[in-house]
Amino acid sequence: MALKRFFNLLLSLFGKRKTIKLGFYGPVNAGKTSLANRISKDFTGEELGVVSKIPHETREIQIKEKVKIKKGNKQMDFNLIDTPGIATKIDYTDFIRHGLSQKESKERAKEATQGVIEAIKWLENVDCVLVVLDAAENPYNQVNITIIGNLAARKIPVLIVANKMDLKKSKIRSIESTFPQYNVVPVSALTGKNMELFYDELFRLVK
Amino acid sequence: MKKGLTLQFVPYNEIGKLDSNSKIKKILKVVKDNKIVLLEGKLKSEEEAMLIQRTMEQIDRNFKGIEIATIEGKDEKDFIAVLKKNLARALLGDKFGLTIIGPASIVKEIKKDPNKIELFTNK
Repeated sequence: MALKRFFNLLLSLFGKRKTIKLGFYGPVNAGKTSLANRISKDFTGEELGVVSKIPHETREIQIKEKVKIKKGNKQMDFNLIDTPGIATKIDYTDFIRHGLSQKESKERAKEATQGVIEAIKWLENVDCVLVVLDAAENPYNQVNITIIGNLAARKIPVLIVANKMDLKKSKIRSIESTFPQYNVVPVSALTGKNMELFYDELFRLVK
Repeated sequence: MKKGLTLQFVPYNEIGKLDSNSKIKKILKVVKDNKIVLLEGKLKSEEEAMLIQRTMEQIDRNFKGIEIATIEGKDEKDFIAVLKKNLARALLGDKFGLTIIGPASIVKEIKKDPNKIELFTNK
């Protein structure tokens, strides 16, 4: 143990520091991009992607490279990999209900299906994952179970982020009891609430 | 004319020996025929991801995707109950549990808790 620490110290002093590929996964509109933006803004001053109430706003993988996250005396480089929300169905008429034209809706639906495929393919390319869930929604659904099951099968470390803790309807306990074998950290990516605790948990995940 | 819902039971012995690709093909064929699949057992998590990918590839004007839920019984806290469940899992493997997969045009939502599934239809 002491030898490992000494080796890590040498590596951090003289070696090339590894950049962690951190994936943001979860269902649609859980706040993956909002969280990625919050982290990116905290440490680079820049946002990563556009956020919208219309589902499937993120339809391509978005990457912010070399984000140096610091917490206390800890520091690590991350590539933030924001992925499109995973869904099992996409109906273009849903977008029409959100005010898009028929042509825009069809285009968005087509891009969204490609986005889901890409997100699943990218599971091969991440070192660890934040599974971002909307704390106001029922966590016990098959999309969440499929995502977490696939990460477990690939032995990829996971931290569950219960986003939207600022909402009255949020039920953090429900997420904790659905996935008792995982650490769950409640945050509000919108307000920044609990982000300090989140960074502690993130360093615990990647150590 | 009134249309009914068709549930097609797929026993494990019909699907268990197929490779992942063939399983997904078979399931999607039934679902795209506007039937709800009641699958004995469950898919592996990699197969579920593959099912989502194949579904996305096939979405068009008529096919909007799927709703899916697997039920395996609640997470037991009692030691003996956990032991029994793990033993059942070890003996039955992927045959343990029940999976429902339906076309999104018919199945609006599947709500579930560990030991109950509620299926809401669009029609």
